[in-house]
Amino acid sequence: MRDAVLVMTKDLRLEWRSKVGIGQVLPFSLLVVLLFAFALDPERGVLDRVTSGLFWVVVLFSSVLMIERAFSVEAADGIFDALRLSGLAPAAIYAGKVAALAVQLLAVEAVLAVAVAVFYDTTFRTPVLTVGVALVATVGIAAAGAVYGALAARLRSGTTLLPLLLLPLLAPVLIGATRGFEVALGREAGPGWPWVALLGIFAVVYLTLGALLFRPLLEDA
Amino acid sequence: MELAVHLRDAVALLGRFPALAGADLDVARGEVVLLRGPNGAGKTTLLRVCAGLAAVSSGVAEVLGVDLVRHRSAIRRRVGLLGHATYLYDDLTVTENVDFWARAAGAEVADGRRALDRLEVASRLHDLPVHTLSAGQRRRVSFAAMVARRPELWLLDEPHAGLDASGRDIIDGLVREAASVGATVLFASHELDRADDVADRTVEVVGGTVVTAPQDAPPLDAPSPLAAPPSEGVASDA
Amino acid sequence: MTVDNPTTGAGRPPGAASEPPTGPPTTGSTATRVLGVITLVGIAALVLLGVFLTPADAELGDTIRILYMHVPTVSTAYLAFVITAIASVMYLWKRTEFWDLFAASSAELGVLFFALTILNGMLWGKITWGVFWRWEPRLTTTAVLMLTYVGYLAVRQIPNDTRTRGTISAVIGIMAVVNIPITHKAVDWWRGLHQEKTIFGTVDPDMKGLQLFTAYLGLTVFLVLFAWLLIHRFRVAWLAERAADVGVDAAIAERRAERAVPSSAGGAS
Repeated sequence: MRDAVLVMTKDLRLEWRSKVGIGQVLPFSLLVVLLFAFALDPERGVLDRVTSGLFWVVVLFSSVLMIERAFSVEAADGIFDALRLSGLAPAAIYAGKVAALAVQLLAVEAVLAVAVAVFYDTTFRTPVLTVGVALVATVGIAAAGAVYGALAARLRSGTTLLPLLLLPLLAPVLIGATRGFEVALGREAGPGWPWVALLGIFAVVYLTLGALLFRPLLEDA
Repeated sequence: MELAVHLRDAVALLGRFPALAGADLDVARGEVVLLRGPNGAGKTTLLRVCAGLAAVSSGVAEVLGVDLVRHRSAIRRRVGLLGHATYLYDDLTVTENVDFWARAAGAEVADGRRALDRLEVASRLHDLPVHTLSAGQRRRVSFAAMVARRPELWLLDEPHAGLDASGRDIIDGLVREAASVGATVLFASHELDRADDVADRTVEVVGGTVVTAPQDAPPLDAPSPLAAPPSEGVASDA
Repeated sequence: MTVDNPTTGAGRPPGAASEPPTGPPTTGSTATRVLGVITLVGIAALVLLGVFLTPADAELGDTIRILYMHVPTVSTAYLAFVITAIASVMYLWKRTEFWDLFAASSAELGVLFFALTILNGMLWGKITWGVFWRWEPRLTTTAVLMLTYVGYLAVRQIPNDTRTRGTISAVIGIMAVVNIPITHKAVDWWRGLHQEKTIFGTVDPDMKGLQLFTAYLGLTVFLVLFAWLLIHRFRVAWLAERAADVGVDAAIAERRAERAVPSSAGGAS
């Protein structure tokens, strides 16, 4: 636990100093929000209907960039070796990376939500459901993403491979989060919580697997 | 005599290249041993095997009583490795880096500060991001991060490279001090004049094997400086 | 189907006679020949029954004939991925090359059978819906999962240390298999909002005698085909590793010979 906090603090401090998330990933995600408006004529009400889908697609793409960054930092200058020598428990390193990733992703999502509200004229009718969906979906993305980020960092040409590996795996998250948001936006009737439950199962399953698989990944790959 | 390192016919493959092709080496606890040999001889791989980072595919390999063939990850937290890489996060400051690695190893933040002082890293540098430092300064910082962990076995790969005279003196002093308090030091160097003074014993690594017989106490004479340079092998040092 | 032996003519150096007894000179054996004959006869029987002898379905008409292949290919693919996952766990536990290659061979065939599933699903769609693709839950799930495993195969293509490659692909093999039920559930709920005719939803629960027999025959034939291909694929992979290994003993000897070079060469530079 102490080790996980150490790794998370280190990662957030690293982000604070390098500003890659704020300076690069966030502007990129806002840019995509604008690009969608160009691609889908805003006058015809298409944007309005596809808002939640666009939101989560942008989040997924941003998460790929963030995960790539989070692990290229660890792959640089022999740091992977140093981590193996460090005495930190692999599961603790994993937990720290997931936590730092989730915090950064949530920050991006918060800004994106404001942007969508302003540019696409969206109102989130049930804030509790909105936050619930975002929180659980984000943990799921970070949980699976940290494993794939770590293994892609060990591969030559891993950077280009990461989206191919990660995005199909995140398909259930995209479905669950988008449907959950539809309900939260009042576009779709019906309870939103089953979607949160589905996202929650995804998050729990991959957190467990990640904690178990990070040891062989760190020590033997 | 209790052995810190015990290798018998150890083979380590990088892919399918035998970087170590049956090495024999015994190092007693508290000993300072210099590894000497041409580029590509397997010195770096030998150090990485002792750190538990490179796998031993056959033979016997024990470090500090840990069987590396079976449990090589168990040795890692007890050794300190200084390689060609600095193991530092570029965007973090000097103290943030040293604090992180010290605390990761269970040491105190104060240990890190003391180590930085020992390495004579000026305190005006402490709050600068590592990427603004010169190569020599970075080397001192990464040495400090290693020292702060208080390893039982020091594995130094070209520790003198990139350092000025005072930096080299500091490192030699630290190596002697470490040995005097019971740590074992295994280091590879091409700075033979300097290294011979520090080392209790020199062994020669050639072709992925250790040429000097195990426990061969008297150090070898320095080779003729006029000898032809060795042909470059596959760069396992890289 | 005979597969060439990759080691023949690989010019083994003398003295490196460490060919493991497990590596047969060809990938064929009595077992695979028996399996091969059963498969070929089975496929012929399946075509005969499925295309000519069984009656058309009252509701589905002739499209039911596609099901005799569709159901077996998709079931076999899932079986293949479960095998990959089990072999991946075994690899992380035992660390033997056997499990690594077994996992990879099975995943490759799984992707192949998934591709067949999507193809015959699209044919069914063209006939039933008039279009090749509609976001029918089962086909959508299949497509997404297939991409997951395409990533697995892509990772194995990257040249790497065998242990690194084995560990990384084992991790993916485990991560991906867990995704199968989750994706299933998610896609079901998602498409559940838009009820429509699906390729499975309309399977008549009380198929008549010959139809039922043909359905089971299809499943059996494809399982045998899978086993047959899996054994061959695994043996090819195994022999390829052996062929790559042939040089290692020689390389060690050569490496040790480096020290015959005058040792005074050491340390200069």
